[in-house]
Amino acid sequence: MRFVFKTSYDADISLFKHRAQAVWYGLLLLLVLATPLYFVAIGDAYLLGEITGILILAIAGMGLMLLTGHTGLPSLGHATFMAFGCYININMLGAGVPWVIAFPLSGLIAGVLGTMIALPVLRLHGVYLALATLAMSMLTSDFVVIAEPWTGGIAGAAVPDINIFGMEINRYSTPYKFYYLVLFVAILLVWFYRNLLRTPTGRSFTAIRDSEISARAMGINLTRTKAMSFFLSATAAGLAGALFGHSAGYVTNETFDLVMSITLLLMIVIGGLGFIHGAFFGAIVVGIIPVAIANGRSFLQSTFDMNVNVPGLESALFAFILICFILFEPMGLYGRWLKIRTYFELFPFYRKDMFKRQKSYLKTDRVQ
Amino acid sequence: MNLLEIENVTLRFGGLVAVDNVSLKVEEGEVFALVGPNGAGKSTIFNLISRFYDPAEGSIRFDGHDLLKNSADHVPSFGIARTFQNIELFEQATVLQNLLVGRHRHRQTSMVSNIIFSPKTYREELGHRAAVEEVIEFLNLQPYRDKMIGGLPYGVRKVVELGRALASEPKLLLLDEPASGLSVEETQDMAFWIEDIQTQMGISVMMVEHDMGLVSAVSGRVMALSDGKELATGTAAEVQSHPAVIEAYLGTGDISKTGTSRT
Amino acid sequence: MDFLQLVISGLANGCVYGLIALGFVLIYKATEAVNFAQGDFMMLGAFVCIGFTNHEYMGLNFWLAVPLSILVMGILGYLFNWGILRHMFGQSQTSIVILTIAMGFIIRFFAGAIWSHEPTSLETPFAGQEIRSGGLVLGIDEVLIVVVTAVLTLAFYLFFSRTRIGLAMQAASQNQLAAYYMGIPVKRIHSLVWGLSGMVAAVAGILFASKGAIDPSTGLLGIKAFAAAAIGGFGSLPGALLGGLIIGLVEPLASRYGPPGISQIAPYAILLLILIFRPGGIFSQTQRKKV
Repeated sequence: MRFVFKTSYDADISLFKHRAQAVWYGLLLLLVLATPLYFVAIGDAYLLGEITGILILAIAGMGLMLLTGHTGLPSLGHATFMAFGCYININMLGAGVPWVIAFPLSGLIAGVLGTMIALPVLRLHGVYLALATLAMSMLTSDFVVIAEPWTGGIAGAAVPDINIFGMEINRYSTPYKFYYLVLFVAILLVWFYRNLLRTPTGRSFTAIRDSEISARAMGINLTRTKAMSFFLSATAAGLAGALFGHSAGYVTNETFDLVMSITLLLMIVIGGLGFIHGAFFGAIVVGIIPVAIANGRSFLQSTFDMNVNVPGLESALFAFILICFILFEPMGLYGRWLKIRTYFELFPFYRKDMFKRQKSYLKTDRVQ
Repeated sequence: MNLLEIENVTLRFGGLVAVDNVSLKVEEGEVFALVGPNGAGKSTIFNLISRFYDPAEGSIRFDGHDLLKNSADHVPSFGIARTFQNIELFEQATVLQNLLVGRHRHRQTSMVSNIIFSPKTYREELGHRAAVEEVIEFLNLQPYRDKMIGGLPYGVRKVVELGRALASEPKLLLLDEPASGLSVEETQDMAFWIEDIQTQMGISVMMVEHDMGLVSAVSGRVMALSDGKELATGTAAEVQSHPAVIEAYLGTGDISKTGTSRT
Repeated sequence: MDFLQLVISGLANGCVYGLIALGFVLIYKATEAVNFAQGDFMMLGAFVCIGFTNHEYMGLNFWLAVPLSILVMGILGYLFNWGILRHMFGQSQTSIVILTIAMGFIIRFFAGAIWSHEPTSLETPFAGQEIRSGGLVLGIDEVLIVVVTAVLTLAFYLFFSRTRIGLAMQAASQNQLAAYYMGIPVKRIHSLVWGLSGMVAAVAGILFASKGAIDPSTGLLGIKAFAAAAIGGFGSLPGALLGGLIIGLVEPLASRYGPPGISQIAPYAILLLILIFRPGGIFSQTQRKKV
């Protein structure tokens, strides 16, 4: 067990709890920075592309985590904001706007648009917001078709390459540069996210999640704060959408569908609601499942000559994992990790109920 | 000088008159208690001051401001802080974080400045942290500083909620049943704290309380309510011996024995 | 005549939406959870009945298969709550929403694995039979849908307003703790409600599949049913039915008289608009949370 002796208020404010934690995260940073070296060595960057995809998902996941995990507002429409970001990026690049301007702007505009759509329903309680965003999700594909001049409609649109001051970046021809770019965006957002959580803005988000009535009594303007959270969340999703476009190379009206929105939501729950780590853990699970299924399938085929090819297996397996998590580990993968860590730190004094939360009876939520 | 002035306030829920033409004044530096049987409208008056409810008639003024012209989230900015009858803390946060939310009304920095953690944000955080530490010191919350609310015993939560209200450095503190569910020792601590809050910090206190022992120990004036109407106002002893109050309590027995009743 | 024909087929569709919405509302009213898998329950109910009665499966008599599948779905609904949801008692609504979404995926997968992804119809004794009056041609299936829905709604209305258990269900939703104190077995009531809504889903599914083909992705119809429930404000059984009818009518009429593509968008647009402008539904009541 480590005792942290706090000698100044900085100890509570700084990014890392203690020196050792900073060292661990430093090592992690080195690891992710060095990852491409391995792929250079083996001369095959296919898996690196998958890892980049996971990072992009994690960026979108962080956006949703802020809204759902830290502000307590469920959204079933984050793929729509990704679509906003992606198409705005494409159009600005097409109009000749440099990438370094188009990219952040596509996130910000997606954030503004998302907030404008959500504002009328933000007054409502959680489930209603889930329904409204669900409706939005269902409408996305149709709107992409209607907005054909900008989106290419059903035929789809090609995503231009990234050009940063003359440096061309393409997912296939320069996978390493693309990886570092995505990694940079992800780390920057993590830093922003951490800053939020240790300052008044982030605290007002979590206050709303835990008790709206009490948050108001502390002087927090509910609608404005929720809108703020929604804006930041949709902005992150928009940025992820723009990167997703670059990664996919080609997007159609069916790219950003309901399944994607739902996947994002299930992902952050599996990862651990209310923890930034959760977005990353969840994205890793989402990235690994298809690979695991493909491997399992070919294993069954080669050893038992069984042909397992059932459509929907992927999402069913994913859903099954999720249900197991909600039932047995509501804090998600990150929660499990915390428990294991605490177990070893306190060995042999760990108690089973250490992380147990008090169960409360549901009071009616119908406030209108 | 009067800090809070409530004049002829009436609130109806459908056919039920929850608060019936009540007027009261809280003076600067006093401890004012509301007593009365369950459903008398005591907490409702708090919720009116917090602007959770809109009165049908009447006016509520605080420190020169017309509260009825402001929404609930503006009320704290005038210097009103409150606690709740059924503790409403931020469950999935630590004690420290809860107290820091109490500092919300003193917030100076913008969202953008927070996101990039500007030097200004840093200085503000240090200030908040120092202010909160004083509250922690005052209420002896040091052992619980980094504990999650979810795992704390009831009595400690009650103190944390008081701390959160104090962290906002209010002029008026509204305490909704501060002693309900507390043990005898904890209630005694609460009484000392309320006295210190009044005398040392110069904060006026308005409280709803069933425990007449606590009420007589700390409050200057007491108002008894029943069915939303004022029965009597005066010192604790005067109110307890007032015929209308005794009558209102006949169903539940002697007023001094209602200390343990909880809602 | 053409218009009338559209209206009647729209009404028949609307009844199915209404019945799915009825399932949500039952659960929402009693447990304050929103079941995002209700559409998939409906789909499963239809497939269970197909499994019992279609000749390529068990080939049972239709009139035996119907009550059997309703019973099976009732048990499944009960078990779903008893086995899974009960353990989440007191957790946030968001978790429950996510859990039911996940359940929908699993149901869709199993339905596809067992009964294939091919569109299948229910073999009914009255398939293809029609009632002709004047120039109007009515399929018996459509008439049956309307009649069954009307009867069910009336039955539920009486159940909730007149019977002890119905009232207990309502009480359990308003305040779980208080209901507990009053001696209402809240958890068992919840399971019963889930069972009940499973049965309603089965009825909806059977009606739907007797009128047209069904495949595992039909469960997504549930989202249209949300629009129906939203029109009724989530708390009202007749409101849900009326909402279903409105959605059912809007679809064919919009596709006939509106610009292309509008009928596809309409239900979701209605859902969004209702949530924005009349979140309490068309017949909203107001209520405040007590602090």
